[in-house]
This record gives sequence, C-alpha cells and structure tokens, in this order.
Amino acid sequence: MTDGLNLLVGLAMGLNLVALGSSRLPSLIQVAAVQGVVLGVMPLVMEPDFRWMAVLIAVATMAMKGLVIPALLRRAMRTANIDRDLNPLIGFVPSLLVGAAGMIAAVLLARQLPLLPEHQESLLAPGALASVFTGLLLLVGRSKAISQVCGYLILENGIYLFGLLLIHSTPLLVEGGILLDLTVAVFVIGIIVDRIQRAFDSLDTRKLTVLRE
Amino acid sequence: MKELLLILVPLGAAAGAALWPHNRSRPWFLPAAGLAHALLAFGLLAGGAEAPFHPWLGYDALARAVLPAVSLLFLACAAYGVPYLRLRAERPNRVFVAGLLAALGLMSAAHMARHLGLLWIAAEAVTLCSVPLLHFNNTPRAYEATWKYLLVGGTGIALSLLGSFCLGYASLHGGGAGDLTFAALMAQGAGLSRPWVLIAWVLLLAGYGTKMGLAPMHTWKPDAYGEAPGIVGAMLAGGVTTVAFIALLRVRAVVSAAGAGPVADRTLLAIGLFSVLVAALFLLSTRDFKRMLAYSSVEHMGILSLGAALGGAGLWAAFFHVWNNSMTKGALFLSAGNIRRAAGGRTLDEVSGMAAVTPRSAALFMAGLLAVTACPPFGPFFSELLILKSAFTTGQPGAAGVLLACLLLAFCGLTRVVFAILNGRPRRGARQADSRFRETLAVIVPPAVLLLLALGLGLATPQFLRESWTAAVSQLVSTP
Repeated sequence: MTDGLNLLVGLAMGLNLVALGSSRLPSLIQVAAVQGVVLGVMPLVMEPDFRWMAVLIAVATMAMKGLVIPALLRRAMRTANIDRDLNPLIGFVPSLLVGAAGMIAAVLLARQLPLLPEHQESLLAPGALASVFTGLLLLVGRSKAISQVCGYLILENGIYLFGLLLIHSTPLLVEGGILLDLTVAVFVIGIIVDRIQRAFDSLDTRKLTVLRE
Repeated sequence: MKELLLILVPLGAAAGAALWPHNRSRPWFLPAAGLAHALLAFGLLAGGAEAPFHPWLGYDALARAVLPAVSLLFLACAAYGVPYLRLRAERPNRVFVAGLLAALGLMSAAHMARHLGLLWIAAEAVTLCSVPLLHFNNTPRAYEATWKYLLVGGTGIALSLLGSFCLGYASLHGGGAGDLTFAALMAQGAGLSRPWVLIAWVLLLAGYGTKMGLAPMHTWKPDAYGEAPGIVGAMLAGGVTTVAFIALLRVRAVVSAAGAGPVADRTLLAIGLFSVLVAALFLLSTRDFKRMLAYSSVEHMGILSLGAALGGAGLWAAFFHVWNNSMTKGALFLSAGNIRRAAGGRTLDEVSGMAAVTPRSAALFMAGLLAVTACPPFGPFFSELLILKSAFTTGQPGAAGVLLACLLLAFCGLTRVVFAILNGRPRRGARQADSRFRETLAVIVPPAVLLLLALGLGLATPQFLRESWTAAVSQLVSTP
C-alpha cells in the first residue's frame, strides 16, 4: 500500500516542479488539474476496504479539481486573452531552483517531525510540506491572477495531502465539507478574476494598487 | 434542538430571499430574520444552560456569551439595510441580501461549532459569503479590495485548516483517536503530542488571526472595510472578527489543556500588543475615515487578544469588550455610511464641515468616536479598564503601559480625522449630494440604538450577561 501511495505522492511532488517551471498558463492549469486527479486517487489506494462514501469523495475530488476548476480557469484565461505569465516577480529558473531546494528541505524537515511509526515510510508529510511551499511560492512569485489561483490550488493540495494522514480518524463528512468549501472558494475566486479582467482590462495583479496608505 | 434554529432560520431566509422575485421588497427579509434570530438568541440565553444537543454543535456557554451581541448588531444593520438598499435601488440586491443572511446563519454555526473541522468549514463559508457583499458597489476599487480579501483571507484560512489537521495529528500521535471535537481534545489534555500542538497553535493563530485582522495579518482589512457598504463593514468588524476570536479561544483552551498554555498566552500577548501598536501608528497617518475604522478594528482586536492572554479576569473583560466592540463598531460604520453618502467622498481632502450637512449622523459619529476611544461612561471604557487592571494584577505592567500609550496615540489619530471631517465649511460637492440624501429616522435610529446599548453596557451591565461571561470563562479555563 505504501509503495503505491508513495509513487503517487512522488508524482504530485514532480508536478510541483513542472508548475514552477511552466510559463504558459494552459500548462500551469493542466498541471494543477493533473495533480488534483492524482490526489483524488490517493484515498482509494489508502483504504483497504471499499466504502461508498470514500469512493464518492474521491470521485468528487477528481471531478472538481480535475475538470470543473480547470475549465473555469481556462474560460477566465480565454476571456482575458492571455496565455503567458510574461513578467513574474520571481523568474522561472530561480523559482524552479528555489522550489527544488524547498522540496529537499521539506524531506529533511519531515524527517525531524515526530511521526507515527506507520507514517515514517510514507512521503505524505514531505509531499504536503513541499506542495504548501510551492503554492506559496507561486502565490507571491507570479503576477497574473490566474497563476496565483493555480498557486492557491497547489497550496490546498498540500494541505489535502497532510489531511490524508488523518484519513482513518476524521469523519468523511468533514472531508466532504472541506472539499465543498474549497471548491466554492476557487469558484468564487474564478468569478472575481473575471470581474477584475473587465474592470481593469488586465489580470496583472500588480496593477491593483489604488488602495494603499 | 431549538439552538439549530439559530442556524436554520437565517439560512432559510437566505434561500427565501434568493427566490423572492421583487427587488424592492426583498430587503425586508433582513430585519425579519434578524429579529427572529435575536429573539432566539436571547430567549435561549434566558432559558438557562442546557447540555449541547450534539457533541459537534451546541449553544454552549461560549456561544451564549457572544452570539447575542452579533445577533443584536445584525438586527441593527438589517434595519439600516432596508433604507440603504432603497437608496441603492438601481443595483440588484438578490445576491447581497441572500449573502448577508447566509453569513448570519454560518456565523451562528461557527460560534456554536464544538468540532474543529466543523468550525473551519463554517468560518470558511462565512468568508465566502461575504465576498459578494464586499463588491456590492461594483467599482474597480471594490474588486481590488475583494481580490486582496480573497487572496490574503484564503491563504489565512488555508493555514488554519493545516493547523486543524496538525491538532488532529497531535491527538493521533499522542495515542488518541484523532477525534476533533474540542471536548475530546481537552480531555486528552497532556496526552496530546506537544510538538504538534505547538505547530498547530502557530498555524491556527496565523489563520484565524488573519480573519480577525491581527497585525501583521491585517493588510486586507483597510481595503475591505473602506470599499464595502457600511452594513457590511459593521458585520465584518463586529461579527466575523468575533467568530475568529471565539475560534482562537476554543483552540487556546485545548493548547492550555495540553500544557502549553503559557506559550499560547505569550504569543497572544505579543501579537495583541503589536496589533494595538500598528493600528495606533496607522491611525495617526490615515486620511480616509472608512479606512480609519478598519485600523480602529485592528486596535480592538489587539485589545481582545491581550485580554485573552491574561486569562481569568482578563478573559472575562475580553467577552465584555466583544459586546462593546460590536455595538460601537456598528454605530460608527452605520453613521459613517450616512456621512460618506452625503459627502460623496471619504478622505480629508474631499470632506469637511459634515456637522452642518448631516448634523444627526455627525453627532452620532462624534459620540461613537468617544465610545470607541474608551471615554467614560461608554462600555469600552470599563472593559478596557478591566483588561488594564488584570494586566497589573497578573504582573504585566509593561503590557499595560504599552497599551495605555497606544490607546492615547489612537485617540489622537481618531479625533484628528473625525474633527477634520465634521468641522469647517462644507464642500460644494457635499451640498449637492445632500439634496439626494435625507437623514431620515430609518438611517439614524439603528446606529443610535447601538450607541445607546454601548452606553447601557457601561452604565449598568446586565446581570445575565455578566453571568454568561463568567460561565464562558469557566468553560474555557476548567481543565478536566
């Protein structure tokens, strides 16, 4: 079980690096979508016995993170008529290097964390830390609203990975509620992105500087 | 079971408002649901303590101590909302009314949540409901504020989810079942794994602290409060912040049961003082009277955090201050809304002489200023005095000194702005705008009532409220 899961977490961690290195918005959205699907599969790998609620949550996660949210972002991207994040605050190569360093740091840090014996071999904790770090890096390092939303998605994915450590104790109802909230959050963000595009004729969040002291 | 109505009535009203076909009569859903909610909240408070009806959710001592304040504030805002939305008849209000009502229901749920996961879900949902409220004005500035609110608030709320999971892992690692109800976590007490508890505390403090608007996570606040309509600002400053404060108190009780209480108190003290200081400094420089209210809110959140850090008597005073904060902030935001509407501007460069243009709102704003800067005999004076007193008795004279100095600076900053906009000669733009805006009773009574309540809380604090605060303190500090 752990091997299969670790493979998936490793895949998600690799996708973090791809996200950091991609300058084109469609590929960034694609990476976030694929990572969402990979995450959706994980509970099925972890649960030894079949529970309909777990399957339901897994399917809902995959549908939301893999289809609905990416579709929303692609639509916003098309209306804004942009396809690249041309002037990121942190360049692509530097952010890739920082992200890789962060991943190594995450693995080292996770070794220091007091984990239960059954989680010692698992990559969930380092994967979670690395994804949270990648998400934050995208949030502060990119200038286009859509890239920042992708960063937020990856940040959430990291938290989801950490939540999987608790999957046997947290009621699935709570997991479902959290998933619903996050989906609505991204949905609302998508709408606001659309409005910002109309109001400012740009999705460059560096232009949002009217409000300050 | 009756306590469920506190959640279901507003949510039902939100659904009703969303389906209601008439733009003109839809705002009446607000006072109707607000009145029902207030009657329920006070009725259940008077009915005496009962066992929470579900381990996950219940109108427990903590919810009793503060939810009625939020309910009263909502009722006043709802009453103000009817004439306000009539003035804004050109804007469709379906989403606005439904969002405001849903926010009330979810705030009740968040106050009553006795489960860490449920608390997070409700708090996040409140954040999302308030998004369409923030950009009701539909201006580019409003969208900019909304974007910052979403990005900063979203990251904060994500951190608090991570913190919730860490607290669950603390239970799991300590040999527990990973049960996320506060009662179970407190019962496990010292059995919780200490490193994970500390990690969880830092993340939850950052997360819910963002929502509360503690410095340095307060950056969204001036933008959001500045751009949102007055009633939304009042609900954010007096209701949503209270949700986050109660969340922090519940988590702090778990952290303290796990034996890390002194660490939690030190961080709360430091972040509280820092917030008061940052707010005081920004108050000295801001030129916008709606943003000024946001910094004042940061200041009062700092005072709350300080009170919570002092434990016992300080905590009791913090509950008192929650009430005072909700009432005074409500009065200030609503009267500021009137002034803003009549003046057609918000900065010192655009607005002056409003005492002549809108005399009643100006008087209310002035009285609200006295209340919020803790002048006797308004309630905030007594709650802040109690917090200062408990700072001295618990051996924190340094904290008390910093707080006093910052309160003085904040007083200077606030009076500077308020006198500048009220005194002097009215600008020409204001006189023209005045012909459209009338100071009817409908827009004067709600802030006046809130102000009277703040006065009443100070002059004669009702006995049943004192008892509810005592009960809430004993719920938080009792360690099984």
